[in-house]
Amino acid sequence: MTELDVPGRVTAKIFPYPLNAWYAAAWDHEVTAKAPVARTVAGRPLALYRTQDGRPVALDDACWHRLAPLSQGKLVGRDGIQCPYHGLQYNAAGRCTSMPAQPTVNPSALVTSHPVVERYRYVWVWPGDPLLADADTIPDMHQMDSPEWAGDGLTIEAPCNYQLILDNLMDLTHEEFVHGSSIGQAELSESEFTTRHEDDGSVTVTRWMRDVEPPPFWLKNMRDKFPGFSGRVDRWQIIHYYAPSTICIDVGVAEAGTGAPEGDRSRGVNGYVMNTITPETDTTSHYFWAFMRNYRLESQLITTQLREGVHGVFAEDEAMLVAQQRAIDANPDKVFYSLTIDAGGMWVRRILDRMLAAEGRSLPVPSSTPSQVTS
Amino acid sequence: MNARTFHDARVVETADVATGIRRVVLEPPAGARRRADPGTHLDVRVEVPDGDRGVRPEVRSYSVVDSSPDGSRLALTVHLSPTSRGGSAHVHGLRPGDVLRCTGPLQNFPVRIGAERYLLIAGGVGITALAAAARTLTRLGAHVDLVYAGRSRDRMPYLADLQAELGERVQPAVSDEGTRLDVDALLARTARQAPGTEAYVCGPLALLDAVTHAWRRHGLPSTALRYETFGSSGRHAAQAFRVQLPALGIETVVDPGSTVLESLQRSGADLMYDCLKGECGLCVLPVRRVDGVVDHRDVYLSEDQQADGGSVCVCVSRVAAGPEGREPLLVLDLP
Repeated sequence: MTELDVPGRVTAKIFPYPLNAWYAAAWDHEVTAKAPVARTVAGRPLALYRTQDGRPVALDDACWHRLAPLSQGKLVGRDGIQCPYHGLQYNAAGRCTSMPAQPTVNPSALVTSHPVVERYRYVWVWPGDPLLADADTIPDMHQMDSPEWAGDGLTIEAPCNYQLILDNLMDLTHEEFVHGSSIGQAELSESEFTTRHEDDGSVTVTRWMRDVEPPPFWLKNMRDKFPGFSGRVDRWQIIHYYAPSTICIDVGVAEAGTGAPEGDRSRGVNGYVMNTITPETDTTSHYFWAFMRNYRLESQLITTQLREGVHGVFAEDEAMLVAQQRAIDANPDKVFYSLTIDAGGMWVRRILDRMLAAEGRSLPVPSSTPSQVTS
Repeated sequence: MNARTFHDARVVETADVATGIRRVVLEPPAGARRRADPGTHLDVRVEVPDGDRGVRPEVRSYSVVDSSPDGSRLALTVHLSPTSRGGSAHVHGLRPGDVLRCTGPLQNFPVRIGAERYLLIAGGVGITALAAAARTLTRLGAHVDLVYAGRSRDRMPYLADLQAELGERVQPAVSDEGTRLDVDALLARTARQAPGTEAYVCGPLALLDAVTHAWRRHGLPSTALRYETFGSSGRHAAQAFRVQLPALGIETVVDPGSTVLESLQRSGADLMYDCLKGECGLCVLPVRRVDGVVDHRDVYLSEDQQADGGSVCVCVSRVAAGPEGREPLLVLDLP
């Protein structure tokens, strides 16, 4: 057993982000061999591009010479980028290969090239110590590019700390209040749920709502697969968290009483809400999401309808997160308190806290902890 | 304690890993443990024979071939050289329980992430500087070829281990099996098929020479060829010489422990410079006359520029006495 944490420590309002981790920096299609794109990942401004043979590259976005942003330069040669200011050129390893007005190149001239892996339709970057990177630890998002799943997604540039988004996704009782017109229903906060955490840094929150009226979003999906469907459903939400910031939610409904809770989902529809959140700064995040389904794979109409539908739902989350971050900023002396619905989010916070500790970046003990606050 | 501080590491394991090549595993004391990244070495204090006076301490550098992630165990691998000045004999004489005075892991040979392909060329015990790089780059998913050359398998430490771990990425070139390394053919192929390759070389001087010449001959980019030099010390020993800067009426002596730049500044010249490592070129001055040989120690001037002798990087370069034996002298102009 480890010692008990000080209450309030992992409920930090502005949660720091681990650096020794894979973060989705961009959608695969955003990174091209035509021009670099600027993207800040975990506080590191990066220039992302592809080599002529298609390999993604992530270089620090500051020329070695006078720190001009390489992302405003152009791509040169087979794998290089040219500084827009004085024309220094770098290869994909970040090594300077050409300097103006001299025949030699200073061997110390380097910019950091970060480990990059393209997987599951994202370009993943490791902003921390490159020698610790291991592509096997990229979270499982196989539904993104499996032939058994279809769907699409978008990015939300969320002006809030990344952990607020993880909190949001780890507890879906908010759907009743935030998404009343689409997926919300009272049973969300009335039904039981279980929270499990595993040694590999994953957390699972499972909630079943049996014999309920399908909310509009799910009735539409049922009718896409079973035309003319009406009646009650068993609804599930199984939230899978993978450290540091990926949450894949197994969601769906099946005709009530046809055995879905016991494993037979044949009379239902199943989706996966794929979320991976990349901290940009302490108070801004790149929120990459997609909605994948395993039925009617041939229908681009359904793909587009689902993407637009979820886009609308997530706009409601975004509005709430913006308002929450604003209220946090406006109340520097106030702290977070927890409810039982926060069990999943609190496990996430503890896992992140341990990742930070492993990097020698433990969370500060709050100056005013809940136990010290009196009213 | 910083990485350069010497401390007493305990020898916990010794083993012969090839003919005349011994692996020595060290356990640094708790406060001195640091992760050893690929390419790092330890500076080790050894005792070498000193004529009739017994032994004297000297410092040698040995690559860390592998290590535990927390730095609690570091392995060196040392070839007992017949021409050794005594350093390798000292290490070969160590037994478990002995103490070796050494620094923490020092980095002169870092591996860069992100190159299109990697070509690691090891000769014999030179594998010690490249084995960890091969493992790390492989784990990162990079395209790695490890060309490992030796006279015979029994002189090639870790070959079987590396083949078992890295499979086809390891390409042994064993002279007595008729697969002697053909550096020219290897680099011709590299230039043709993968000019974006970054190469790292470690091995005997003959191998390094062959690689650097072939690398240039095949038009591969000089910045993509990396080797460890353990400090660039020039072609001539540092000696005192006179330097004149007539434009400012300065004449002074550069003693072995200082540079032309320092000596001129001390005499009142106000000169521009920045890196003090012979890299940036800001301190370059035109040469009017030299008695002796200019020992160019910079990497800013190209080989042609150095051979031409018209200019010199005053932050690092020196003058040595020429064969004619005259007192060495450097006469400089202002740019």
